[in-house]
Amino acid sequence: MATVDIRGVRKTYAGLAFETIKGIDCAIADGEFLVMLGPSGCGKSTLLRMVAGLERITSGDIAIDGRVVNELEPKDRNIAMVFQNYALYPHMNVYGNMSYGLRIQKLPKAEIDRRVREAAAILELSDFLFRKPRALSGGQRQRVAMGRAIVREPSVFLFDEPLSNLDAKLRTQMRVEIKRLQQRLGTTSLYVTHDQVEAMTLADRLMVMKDGIAEQIGTPLEVYRNPASVFVAGFIGSPAMNFLPGRVTADGGAVELTGGVRLATQLTGGLAGGEDVTVGVRPEHLAPAANGAAAPSGNEVQVAVDLIEALGADTVVHSRLDGTEDRLLARLPGSVTVTPGMTLTLTVEPGALQLFDKATGRSLSARS
Amino acid sequence: MVENRRWQALIGHAVLILGVVVVFFPIYVAFVASSHDLRTIAQAPMPMLPGAHLWDNYVRAITSGSESAGNAPVGTMLWNSFVMAMVIAVAKIAISLLSAFAIVYFRFPFRMGFFWMIFITLMLPVEVRIVPTYEVAANALAPIQHLLDAVGITDAVAWLFSIEIALKWNMLDTFAGLTIPLIASATATFLFRQVFMTVPDELAEAARMDGAGPLRFFKDILLPLSRTNIAALFVILFIYGWNQYLWPLLITDNLLTVQIGLNRMLAVGDGQVDWPIAMATTILAMIPPVLVVVFMQRWFVKGLIESEK
Amino acid sequence: MQKRVTFNSRTLPYLLVAPQILITLLFFIWPAIQAVGQSFQREDPFGLRTAFVWFDNYIRLFGDPFYYHSIQITLVFSLLVTLLSMGVALFLATMADRVIRGATGYKTLLIAPYAIAPVIAGVLWLFMFQPTIGIVAYMLDQLGYDWNYHVHGNEAMMLVILAAAWKQISYNFLFFLAGLQAIPKSLIEAAAIDGASPTRRFWTIIFPLLSPTTFFLLVVNIVYAFFDTFGIIDAVTSGGPGSPGATNILVYKVYSDGFVGLDLGGSSAQSVVLMIIVIALTVVQFRYIERRVHY
Repeated sequence: MATVDIRGVRKTYAGLAFETIKGIDCAIADGEFLVMLGPSGCGKSTLLRMVAGLERITSGDIAIDGRVVNELEPKDRNIAMVFQNYALYPHMNVYGNMSYGLRIQKLPKAEIDRRVREAAAILELSDFLFRKPRALSGGQRQRVAMGRAIVREPSVFLFDEPLSNLDAKLRTQMRVEIKRLQQRLGTTSLYVTHDQVEAMTLADRLMVMKDGIAEQIGTPLEVYRNPASVFVAGFIGSPAMNFLPGRVTADGGAVELTGGVRLATQLTGGLAGGEDVTVGVRPEHLAPAANGAAAPSGNEVQVAVDLIEALGADTVVHSRLDGTEDRLLARLPGSVTVTPGMTLTLTVEPGALQLFDKATGRSLSARS
Repeated sequence: MVENRRWQALIGHAVLILGVVVVFFPIYVAFVASSHDLRTIAQAPMPMLPGAHLWDNYVRAITSGSESAGNAPVGTMLWNSFVMAMVIAVAKIAISLLSAFAIVYFRFPFRMGFFWMIFITLMLPVEVRIVPTYEVAANALAPIQHLLDAVGITDAVAWLFSIEIALKWNMLDTFAGLTIPLIASATATFLFRQVFMTVPDELAEAARMDGAGPLRFFKDILLPLSRTNIAALFVILFIYGWNQYLWPLLITDNLLTVQIGLNRMLAVGDGQVDWPIAMATTILAMIPPVLVVVFMQRWFVKGLIESEK
Repeated sequence: MQKRVTFNSRTLPYLLVAPQILITLLFFIWPAIQAVGQSFQREDPFGLRTAFVWFDNYIRLFGDPFYYHSIQITLVFSLLVTLLSMGVALFLATMADRVIRGATGYKTLLIAPYAIAPVIAGVLWLFMFQPTIGIVAYMLDQLGYDWNYHVHGNEAMMLVILAAAWKQISYNFLFFLAGLQAIPKSLIEAAAIDGASPTRRFWTIIFPLLSPTTFFLLVVNIVYAFFDTFGIIDAVTSGGPGSPGATNILVYKVYSDGFVGLDLGGSSAQSVVLMIIVIALTVVQFRYIERRVHY
């Protein structure tokens, strides 16, 4: 088993004017499952490929188990990788695909056979060992790709969007299998995806990336509860967080939204009165006000409902902040009756409000 | 339209059958001529049905050929043609695979220079450089000699050691001379380049992760993935090699291929051509490539269409 | 042009391209340079001395009526071979596209001549047209026509055109048939519903849709007629009859002047002219292929 240390890693492609990776630091503990999440082009795959040894590092260090591997060939890094399109050798059968690396290592035949059959058993591929990849279903191919990684008994697994070629149902199923497998083997894993649900469910820790920068590194719940920036807040959670323009009141204890509504916050330290901020509220943190009774915190907003999506358990309400053009999305229990055109009073706990610097987009909780 | 279809199909069949008959007529005439004795053929009109000397003529052609071609047996000529065609086809494929692999999977100085150099060969068929190419075949080391002369090494060595450098490698009338100058191939290189470009990058990456070096990747992954293209190209190149004419005509004297041998049989001046033997040779010369085309039609069509891309 | 993944090695790529490059340098580039060099030189009759004569060889070449004659007959030859061979092939391919049953069988039969060497094709036709014993010559004689291609230049030209076109029908047929089969049947049916007659359908729908194939074949056939028919000429006429040779096309003239006549300078100048023609044809071909990619 192994740790992976990423220290000040940068990457500039020859011929490109900008940096693709702009200095990333991250220490991954032994046995940890780190998910790198971000939109396409954020550099997450590049970072993974640098760990794999498929891309050169422009500056910085990558160490596996304390040994700097910058100049090592992929095969010498004791890692295994699962590719997005599986990258199975089309002319070899399942057995051939899984054993190819071991044959190159010149392991004894018996040892190769033992490892392949063991992995096949874990992945329920025993009946398909002598089939060619084209005779397998998408999910089976995916498992062969994982089997090829497992048999090498590597100290680190690298996954490059391994589920993105599968349909939604299979993806959910394979997601669980990957998680179970990783828990069973306890191998340090780096996993790249652009799917936040996949990221949240698989990760011990998340690295949310944007434009070659790690915006935030933390456990899924940390990232969900205390997003470091508007970008992270918007990227994690579904439906996405609401962002409203606001201004800190003179006493610094509340924010005033467009239209004059005041909401109390818990983030009082470090806030200057009159400062422009972005106020973030997750749709699921908005609740319908109990009939007639004022909320204990007094945090209430009036919204004009214009569209509803009844999902059964929940109802997603599209609305506008009363008297303004600021849009607000709320996820309410399915039991609440709402119809388009009505005006609704919603409450929000002060602790659920996120405040972001209007200019930089960084969370203001970090400042205090 | 529907009621016309039968008629249209009927007319189509009639025209096609006529076309096939016209296309095959010259071959049929040659075949008939190869089955009679010379006296029958030399007297116009020749018969239109096969005669009784088929076996005789072919045996005689294969074992002792025609007097006008110095009685060189056609059997030997066929063997020479076969060796030439095989060597050209296999070697062209081999060196084209290697250079396409280098150009696609490596980044190295002069890569594009090499690429264009190979491309230029498309524009330089033997026909436009007959004499100087013959000179190289007469002494394949002449270009190096020229180079040594030009930079003064020859003179320097002669002055220092009293040794005269005179490099010589005569390839005339040898299998090497017959084949080596023909095995460079821009078409094959481009074809394999095209094939390699369609191999997903991830496959090469997976192989690297599995610890395969470049040669191992080439042997274990690229070659098996290109085998249908190799087969298709082989058919085309075998025919290309078998049908070579100008180059063997230039550089061979005793090492006769069947095409050249046939031409010798016909070059009798005012004498009488031994037509039955010549026609038997003609039929023999076309059998291998025609068989290859007919029985490997699937590969042949694929190869023909791909090599034009 | 290149892969995202590349292997790292300082020497391996050079070793891999070495065989191809060495042969190319030795047997292609070097002779081509020699040809260009020699086209500016003239050897004395004994081959002892060479003199640099600038464009003298070219001036002589383009002042030579024999050379103009050769250009002329090459154009006539190429044009007729191309038209004849493509015309017959297109006609047969249209028929083969029409008959559903048996099309593969006809295809197998019709592509066989592709495999036959030009020189063999020449011999087959020469045998049929032999003035004394040839079967066709005999029939012509019966009709009262005195056929002798050893004497009559036009007849010799006709014979090599027939042989050259015959051999190329296979190739053209194959590509035309593929082109025809790629045309959606629904288009033709739509035209039929619109009331277009079969002839009209051919010229207004099929032929225009076939034009990329036609253009491609046009270039290929011209290249073939220019350069690959050497064997036919050599077997059937050796460039003759008469002087200037009635079938002495450019490629044959380079050979006979340089290799047989040993006029190095003149032959080299001709080689250079031919090179320019090949380069022009290659450029046309490649520009066209680029277009086909977008098509």
